[in-house]
Amino acid sequence: MLLNQFLLLSAFLFGVGIYGVLTRKHTVLVLMSVELMLAAVNLNLVAFGAYNDTVAGQVFALFVLTIAAAEVGVGLAIVLLIYRNIHSADLDDVDVLKG
Amino acid sequence: MFFLENAWLVPLIPALSFVVILLFGKRLPYQGSEVGIASVGASFVLACGAAIQWIDRVGDAGGDEHGGEGPVEHALRSVGRSVGRLGAEETGAHGGPDAIHRSLTWFQNGGVKLDVGIQIDGLAVMMMFVVTLVSLLVHVYSVEYMRGDRRFTYFYAALSLFSASMLLLVVADNTLQLLVGWELVGLCSFMLIGHWWEEGANVNAAVKAFLTTRTGDIGLLIGVLMTYFMVERATGEGSFNIIAVNQAAMSGDVGGTFLFWCAAALLLGIIGKSGQFPLHTWLPDAMAGPTPVSALIHAATMVVAGVYLGARVYPVFYEGLDLARGGINLMAAVGGITVVIGAALAFVQDDIKKVLAYSTISQLGYMVMGLGVGAWTAAIFHLFTHAFFKALLFLAAGSVSHSGAHHSFDMKKDMGGLRRWMPQTFAVFMVGSLALAGIFPLAGFWSKDEILLGASEADYKLFLYVGLIGALMTAAYMTRCVYLTFFGEYRGGAHAHADPTHLTGDDLVEHHLAEVQDDAAHAPDHGDHHGGPHESNRWLTAPLWILAFFSVFAGLLNATAFDIDRFTEWTNPSASYFVELEHHDFDVVMAAISVGIALLGIALAYAYYWRGMGLQNFSERNALARSGKRFLVNKYYLDALYEGVIVRGIKGPLARAAYWVNQKVIDNVLNYSGRGAMALGRVTYDYVDQKGVDGVMNGLAISTGEAGGAVRRIQTGRLQFYALMLVLGVGAFALALWIAA
Repeated sequence: MLLNQFLLLSAFLFGVGIYGVLTRKHTVLVLMSVELMLAAVNLNLVAFGAYNDTVAGQVFALFVLTIAAAEVGVGLAIVLLIYRNIHSADLDDVDVLKG
Repeated sequence: MFFLENAWLVPLIPALSFVVILLFGKRLPYQGSEVGIASVGASFVLACGAAIQWIDRVGDAGGDEHGGEGPVEHALRSVGRSVGRLGAEETGAHGGPDAIHRSLTWFQNGGVKLDVGIQIDGLAVMMMFVVTLVSLLVHVYSVEYMRGDRRFTYFYAALSLFSASMLLLVVADNTLQLLVGWELVGLCSFMLIGHWWEEGANVNAAVKAFLTTRTGDIGLLIGVLMTYFMVERATGEGSFNIIAVNQAAMSGDVGGTFLFWCAAALLLGIIGKSGQFPLHTWLPDAMAGPTPVSALIHAATMVVAGVYLGARVYPVFYEGLDLARGGINLMAAVGGITVVIGAALAFVQDDIKKVLAYSTISQLGYMVMGLGVGAWTAAIFHLFTHAFFKALLFLAAGSVSHSGAHHSFDMKKDMGGLRRWMPQTFAVFMVGSLALAGIFPLAGFWSKDEILLGASEADYKLFLYVGLIGALMTAAYMTRCVYLTFFGEYRGGAHAHADPTHLTGDDLVEHHLAEVQDDAAHAPDHGDHHGGPHESNRWLTAPLWILAFFSVFAGLLNATAFDIDRFTEWTNPSASYFVELEHHDFDVVMAAISVGIALLGIALAYAYYWRGMGLQNFSERNALARSGKRFLVNKYYLDALYEGVIVRGIKGPLARAAYWVNQKVIDNVLNYSGRGAMALGRVTYDYVDQKGVDGVMNGLAISTGEAGGAVRRIQTGRLQFYALMLVLGVGAFALALWIAA
């Protein structure tokens, strides 16, 4: 298998993830897009690990997974608190810092 | 030689006493008069010492000079002299020994050296003697005369300053120092005439005296400068030194026209200071000052400063006006006119001091005329004798006023018949009058006769006649004066103290002050005036007797009839810097004529006043006589000419022009520059400040605000917007890296 197919897939997923982060109204969807980006990165890491015949890639991907999980937990907690305050999960409504 | 070489002490001591009196006088037991008397006394002693040493010096030099003659020739000459006139012979015109000369350089700039120094010769010694003697007597006299005066101390300070200045003038060895002394005596005269300056009339008189002499001083200043350049022309290096000036004038290296104008300019100075026509108008008005001042300054010393100048730089006049020629010259003409007009005016005065003032003008005319006809020694001798008898007459007039006429000087209203109560004053006044009239053997006779002799011998016949006419008038008006004062009935009794209308400037103010304030301060003064006229006390009469002594005997110093010419010997300057002076033998005929004329004058006045003969009250009956008298009483309308026409004509337009410049030019400059400044301010405010500076500031602020506003739009507060920016930034960065690689 050639490396670039994995990288292409990873890049495609990353791009979709970015699209989702930038355009989705619902906050949870944004978080899902962020997860998608992280997954793409994982894929990238594993592909390079396999290509270079080393286990380091997979280990790093394990770290990323852990962090992603923790981050989702915090992120959802933040979403919940936001919802409690402004009764909307719309990211456009969080504009208290508007200058 | 001590006194001659240290003659600079003579002016210095009174100068120091001036300072001392000014600083401490009021605290001293006699209010400064003791300092004044002591200092002038010391100067007098020094002057006497100098005189004695000079006479010795002359004796030594004369012995050497006459050594060449054998005793036989000398004896023959003295025989010839005592017989009388031996044709137009000149006797011994050598000139005396050289002057003692000391100087130090005061200031040097470029090629010009200004010295201060003394030049002591017979002339200077004679003047020192006269000035210090008369000043001393006036100081003593003033103790009583000015007792209780409100500015007694300043009076003595001014007298000291005057003495110092006059002596500075007298001993000067260069014309600049003489000029300094000249101006200083003018200043002191101003101060002393205006001594009672509370009366406006006194102030006017003082200002008039100062300004009139100032007018003459223009000529003096020009003359002094011209003589400096004359010396430069003659020797190549200019100098103010009097000996150098005289030698340059005599050297023949200077053009005649230049010398003439030098002499004319200096003559103008003499005219102003010595009261010659036409600048004589200040002298009678100067009588507003206290009588001792009139005696010292306006009779004996200051007014003769002009004659002294003429005598000192005589070669300038001698060569410049060509005095040896005979006929008429400027100097003699000025003197001659003055003789006559002064004498004429003395006839119509009611104020005794004014009579004496015009008499002084007339006698000064004699002196200048004497210089002008070449009779140098005669003119100086007349200065010498005149100082004594004129000071005597003034002080006696003061005594009369002080004790006999309630401080008034009006003869017609307050005097008359005073010889009964004031015998001493009467006696000395008679002596003075006879001396003035020129009666043998009193002092005035010798000096006046010599002038007349000089005029006739040197081919100046016109001035001989002028002098004789003057002598006639002098005798007549003095007799009138004596009559009105001492004979007839006493007219002062009707106006005991109370009536102030006749008081002249002298005492008008004292009278007013006595009325206004309590008389306590004046009590000792007025105490002895209650009751009629009486003789003055010793302070006043002692100086009178001393001056009377000199009036009688001073003439004998040059009594040529008795073959004495001591004065000539002693004062004639050395031939090294002076012209040859002619001396004439005694002429019995001339003497007889002059005494006869004087006696005729006395007789005419006697007939008119004592006997009531002649045209009594003619001017009341005859219109021509009345207008003539009015012409005289108005002093030839000269005052009207000077003050009304000349001064007003100059000061009127000048004042108006100055006022116009002030109002239109200066004020407008100020106003318009003020307005301009205001307009400039407004423009600056409106455009520069409000629109310019504020515009920039406001613009800056607005633009900053706008920029901020523009940039603020990035801060949407929306998370996804920020994330978009982030992604775009990363993309741009990656692109840049890709391109760079």
